[in-house]
Amino acid sequence: MMTTLAASTLAEFMNGYVSPELALMLAALFHAGVLLLVFAHAALIFIWLERKVSGRIQDRLGPTRCGGRFGWAQGLADGIKLIQKEDLIPRDADAFLFRLAPYLACIASFGGFMVLPFAADWVAVNLDTGLFLLFAILSLEVLGIVLAGYSSGSKWSLFGGMREAAQMVSYEIPLAICGLIPIVAAGTLNLTDVGQMQVGHFGNWFLFHDPFTFFAFFVYFTVATAGCKRAPFDLAEAESELVGGFHTEYSGMRWSYFFMAEYASMLLVSGVATLLFLGGWSTGLPFIDQPIFVDLKSWNPGIGPEGFVLGSYISNLIGMSVFLLKSSFLVFVQIWVRWTFPRLRIDQVMTTCLKYLVPMSCFLFLGATMWPLLMAMGKGQKTTIWPQPLGDRTVQVHEHVLHPINEPKIQIADRGEQTVDFSETPVIAKEAILTEAMHSPSEQGIQP
Amino acid sequence: MEGVDLKLFLLVGAVLFVCGVICMTSKRNGIGVLIGVELVLNAANLNFVAFSRYTPLGLDGQIMALFVIVLAAAEAAVALAIALNFYNNHLTIDVDRADELRG
Amino acid sequence: MNGGQVLFGIFALLTCGGAVAVALTQNVVRMAFWLIVSLGSASGLFFLLNADFVGATQLLIYVGGTVVLLIFGVMLTTSGPLLKIPSSPGELIQSAVVGVLFISMFFFTVWSVDWEHVANTARVHDSTTDTVALQNDTTGRPIGMAFLGVRPDRDLGAAEGQPLSTGYFLPFEIVSMHLLVVLIGAAYLARAKRQITTAESRSEVV
Repeated sequence: MMTTLAASTLAEFMNGYVSPELALMLAALFHAGVLLLVFAHAALIFIWLERKVSGRIQDRLGPTRCGGRFGWAQGLADGIKLIQKEDLIPRDADAFLFRLAPYLACIASFGGFMVLPFAADWVAVNLDTGLFLLFAILSLEVLGIVLAGYSSGSKWSLFGGMREAAQMVSYEIPLAICGLIPIVAAGTLNLTDVGQMQVGHFGNWFLFHDPFTFFAFFVYFTVATAGCKRAPFDLAEAESELVGGFHTEYSGMRWSYFFMAEYASMLLVSGVATLLFLGGWSTGLPFIDQPIFVDLKSWNPGIGPEGFVLGSYISNLIGMSVFLLKSSFLVFVQIWVRWTFPRLRIDQVMTTCLKYLVPMSCFLFLGATMWPLLMAMGKGQKTTIWPQPLGDRTVQVHEHVLHPINEPKIQIADRGEQTVDFSETPVIAKEAILTEAMHSPSEQGIQP
Repeated sequence: MEGVDLKLFLLVGAVLFVCGVICMTSKRNGIGVLIGVELVLNAANLNFVAFSRYTPLGLDGQIMALFVIVLAAAEAAVALAIALNFYNNHLTIDVDRADELRG
Repeated sequence: MNGGQVLFGIFALLTCGGAVAVALTQNVVRMAFWLIVSLGSASGLFFLLNADFVGATQLLIYVGGTVVLLIFGVMLTTSGPLLKIPSSPGELIQSAVVGVLFISMFFFTVWSVDWEHVANTARVHDSTTDTVALQNDTTGRPIGMAFLGVRPDRDLGAAEGQPLSTGYFLPFEIVSMHLLVVLIGAAYLARAKRQITTAESRSEVV
């Protein structure tokens, strides 16, 4: 496969010792293990955080004793307790699906980490369609929940599952549209590229790119909170009406898998929000970003095996810490929201989505696509709100870029004096220019 | 990807298609029939994408697959609406009960 | 036996196994579950074929959207005893015969055709670059441009004076309008306007 796998560097390192196929497989396994650690620790830490924050919000202390100070081992203790519990399966349940459903939910939220970059070079699979795939994988989590609700053989679970299905199918739409708004500004779906674009001054963050992305962030965050079925949108497990919702019949480890999935997907959507709006791994201060993410990269004291650049490693490590700090802050906000707002009714949840969030995100999306035109007009560049028909542009592009027979020399309007001779340009560069021309036709229209 | 050729993908597509056809013919549950249709469409998709990789069909195959996916989604939405309506009128979705138009 | 073959084997087995299980199961929800397995592995096959955009679309729309809709439909339309509507033995035998005939025909066809030859004769123009985009997995951008009506993947390497390849701008617009119309229509159809009272329907059905 030509996909850029992070594992390939590790595989090259192991190449001398084992066969290349085995090396790649071992390296992939190693990286999956690392991601699994992130997945498990997210649950461990955020469950503790949830208890602490809810305690403070309710004027309590939360856990204080387990593991010494601050009750930091509370999550661990919870886990040990849950492992020991009996694994019950109700008589009426569809045992096969009942057993499988928690794993399905877990796999879906774990799979999302596959394409989430933690730092400039630290991403398991660097795909050009990264964000798209991430949303696709995120949308699978609902299947585990729905199957769990259906197979439990309990009316509470069934209602929980149905609510979850209806809620998720509706909330996916504004989630995807809001995710696309910064993508319009970035021009790529590759999450690593999106992150790299925002390094430097915090004005580079897509949150401050234009007013539409600014508001899109808040819409995205609301929708993402609902997407993780967190309060005030946790209708699937509303304990005041549905006992436990979709997990009423679950116990022990299987029950905890749902919560591992929930906390991990909270981190995942927060990570996406950080990448898309809040600058990813950049600190937002140019005098820190410059030395860490640019200068340090090339610093190589020659320690470690060949091909290992210590400076790059440290730079990535700092980047990951910044990224995880930002994401954890967003998770903290989600927890804060949960313990502050009362739960909505199911009809209110659907109304919020279909009547408010979808139109809002559509409007923001439209605005984000018009913004470059407005900016160009404001700067006095020659453009119109109603540009040339697309067919004309297509023909123009074909004439000038693909078949420069009559006019071998053309100009990209925006770049003034720069003259490109396509007869000597390699194919790849042609495609890049063509792509650029088609992407923002009015700003950089191609003129003979 | 060396060592895997077009034939193998076409065979997987054939199995998908046949399973879909069996599903469509033998299931009496309306939604079961719908699931069969999805399998058949997916078989066609697999063939399109396989051809786009191994023959000069190029991107066209993938684009056709995208169109098929979109139309399958539309089809599922309409079929489901019909199934719900049928259920409202007959209190079952057994397709063999839809025989009012039989002469 | 290389990595690609192993991955293909796993995904192909899951795809076919899921499809067979769909055909053999009578329980609708389990059918939906096996459909998830089958479609999800099929998207894995798409990734193996370097069609990452199609694979992701398959996951997002098929598995995450259509199947959820199907399960939702199952929940709305089945209550307890109706979960299984068993097929009659006659129907099963009929469909088994049809299936065996179909699959033997397909196997025979696939094995007997020389696909190399077909691929070579199907070549529309003799440019060697039209599969450039497919050698790596960055198909997202070329697909997007094809939807806009420009085909850099075909035209960039083509000889001068050749007719331009067609894009998919019009079909894309048509399909988007189609989807909109269909969704509005489905919403209109599905609203509970003709809900007949229980007593009436009982007398009708029983």
